[in-house]
Amino acid sequence: MSNDHIHPPPSSFFYKYIWSTDHKVIGKQYLFTAFFFLLVGGLMAMLMRWQLAYPGSPVPVLGKMLSALAFIDDDGRVTEEGFNQLVTMHGTIMIFFVVIPILVGAFGNFLIPLHVGARDVAFPVLNALSYWLFLPASVLIFASLFVEGGPAQAGWTSYAPLADLTQTGFSAGHGQTLWLLALFLVGWASILGGFNFLTTIIKLRAPGLGWGRLPLVTWAQFITAVFQLLATPVLAAALCLMLVDRLLGTSFFIPEHVYPGDVASGRSGGGVVLMWQHIFWFYSHPAVYILVLPGMGIASDLISTFARKPIFGYKAMVASMASIMGLGFIVWGHHMFVSGMQPVMGKTFMISTMLIALPSGVKVFNWLGTLWGSSIRFTAPMLCGLSFLSMFIIGGLSGLFMAATPVDIFIHDTYYIVAHFHYIVFGGTLFAVFGGFYFWFPKMFGRMMHEGLAKLHCALTFVGFNLAFFPMHFLGEAGHMRRISTPTEYEWLMPVQPMNVFISHSAFLLGAAQLIFLFNFFWSWVAGRRAEPNPWQSNTLEWTTPSPIPYYNFDKVPTVHHGPYEYSTAGAETDWTPQDRPDAGPAAGPAAGAGKGH
Amino acid sequence: MYQPVAVAAGDHAQAHESEHEVSKFGMWLFLASEVMFFAAFIAAYVVLRAHSRGAFAEAARELNVVLAAVNTLALITSSLTMVLAVGAAQRGDRRGTVRGLAATIALGCVFLVIKYFEYSAKFHHGIYPSTNAFFGCYFLLTGFHGLHVLAGIIALSILLVVASRGVFRDGYYTPVECTGLYWHLVDVVWIFLFPILYLLH
Repeated sequence: MSNDHIHPPPSSFFYKYIWSTDHKVIGKQYLFTAFFFLLVGGLMAMLMRWQLAYPGSPVPVLGKMLSALAFIDDDGRVTEEGFNQLVTMHGTIMIFFVVIPILVGAFGNFLIPLHVGARDVAFPVLNALSYWLFLPASVLIFASLFVEGGPAQAGWTSYAPLADLTQTGFSAGHGQTLWLLALFLVGWASILGGFNFLTTIIKLRAPGLGWGRLPLVTWAQFITAVFQLLATPVLAAALCLMLVDRLLGTSFFIPEHVYPGDVASGRSGGGVVLMWQHIFWFYSHPAVYILVLPGMGIASDLISTFARKPIFGYKAMVASMASIMGLGFIVWGHHMFVSGMQPVMGKTFMISTMLIALPSGVKVFNWLGTLWGSSIRFTAPMLCGLSFLSMFIIGGLSGLFMAATPVDIFIHDTYYIVAHFHYIVFGGTLFAVFGGFYFWFPKMFGRMMHEGLAKLHCALTFVGFNLAFFPMHFLGEAGHMRRISTPTEYEWLMPVQPMNVFISHSAFLLGAAQLIFLFNFFWSWVAGRRAEPNPWQSNTLEWTTPSPIPYYNFDKVPTVHHGPYEYSTAGAETDWTPQDRPDAGPAAGPAAGAGKGH
Repeated sequence: MYQPVAVAAGDHAQAHESEHEVSKFGMWLFLASEVMFFAAFIAAYVVLRAHSRGAFAEAARELNVVLAAVNTLALITSSLTMVLAVGAAQRGDRRGTVRGLAATIALGCVFLVIKYFEYSAKFHHGIYPSTNAFFGCYFLLTGFHGLHVLAGIIALSILLVVASRGVFRDGYYTPVECTGLYWHLVDVVWIFLFPILYLLH
């Protein structure tokens, strides 16, 4: 446990910021790339909401500016094809270029080595390589917005044969091919991250840091990494199959004699359309958990820290995440209830999906148990953590309706689905992400974010989010299909059109509120109050380092003596107990036997 | 400029875990993801085969079983020479390591050359990936496997240069063993591909 092995930090700009192997810098590289895409994807959502509220009227202000893009015509209107492109790219960008990079690329990279008391991840060079696979993918997906014919428009799920056909108009352009290539690169970036993080957590934990002392953030990242390692290669394979279908004229997803246009062009047929959905969802259902598990981990840390209480049921929290992982691999069929499926298979997938409600329920119960009877500090990160909790409950409950085959057949492909997954991914995950930034910003940049602006942002987001997404449940029940560009074309949707207008205005409020966050982020980076090492009086190892964290994290590799959530321990010097604080011993302690029992 | 991965891993390894263990563990995890990658392709093969059993059996007869059998033999032998190289590196035997690696590279090249003749014979007969579902699977599976063999040959060639300088001694042989693990996986994948593509009629 000495200072040996510490390299001096790199002095050249190139090795410090571009080809850096420092997990903290790589985390920030992921973060800023994801912020850029958050703006792009958010703007796309605004364009869609404008079109849905006022179909066919030019988008004010932005319409003219963006008319060079394929999805906006010269008068600044969103075209019908363009709406498909917006739906597709909004989903793709938010999932693969915003939420996963922020959760895993930014928070995972930044926190995992700190939480295990290591100086970096196990394979720093591969870690850098992971970002440098992610960046070309980002360039490809962004470039696809500008190619002839516009970006991909077959939905973020790119169902075959829609996305597979190159002869017909719909997916004839290069947009879909670029989409496949970009996701392939993102996939391998994700796999590299996955096995790097797993190796780090399994092999590089500091002395004394047993599995029972790992913060739940890092447990969540551990389980996420298993998904990345084992599910992402299957996505990569699916993308390859579709790529060769498009580029080499194979027919993996094209049956015989069904698509005359393509058969006439020399396709042999003999493929299986549904196979795409099976392979795609075998990855993409676990991907849903990649999208939410790290958020659960962040929320656990926020709630325990600001409730000043140990997390309720630590082992149950870990076990529930592990069972979500196990079940997560055998539920993908619930996305395909209406695609055509043997009833026995449908029932099997229904039961396995409903089982996931159990571990999710355990987690909610334990978060509430942590809050029970505590003296809560209502800081900005805590408000975000509580928002996560309440939004996750709503999103989780609406998920149960989809799990039941008979109900799902009714609500499939309606706005009910849109409401559900936005409650999980925006209401759940993004609130955890905002909370995570307010919480760890001092560690990342050495300054505090502005608390007042943060609270304002949290409140406006909470209100705007619920006003925008809760009514979508009603739209779905009224039969409002998702992914349609012009709801006013359908007579039975006319009565709910005012609701569409209301949702759009709420969404504009929600979008505008995010500007407060971005302003606060960059303003605090430059001019925020300088942070002390442990501003939140938290336990885990990153708070034992100075703010901002020095190049090699720890002067000395820490020795861990405590679990991560020992708050308000009777007889302890302070109401928090840093994980590396040595035990005082029975004789020297302030009160004999006061040490918390495990 | 370039910081070898294994050395970097050693820097961060804690007292109780040697750099060797950490690197090897990471390699095993990476191989797990490779297994899932090929498993998805093989699953696609199974599904397509189930849909057109007769056409698959018919098309499979067009493949050259003798060449593929020679290739199987070459790859299995290369796994043996790889093991010999790892053993020699472990003992710090420079000449043995170089010999083992060179033999493995040579056998890998034999595999690729034979593959090249197989492919060009198919193209000569007007058989391409787009010909039918079977040949789609054939070219995809053997193509990705071939790319993995190529990547292995490149990695082994770098190791050969490093080994000839006598770097692997005093119990340091991590890169040789990790590359060996990868090479065995490439071999094992072929052991699955050979029967399902060439022998199943």
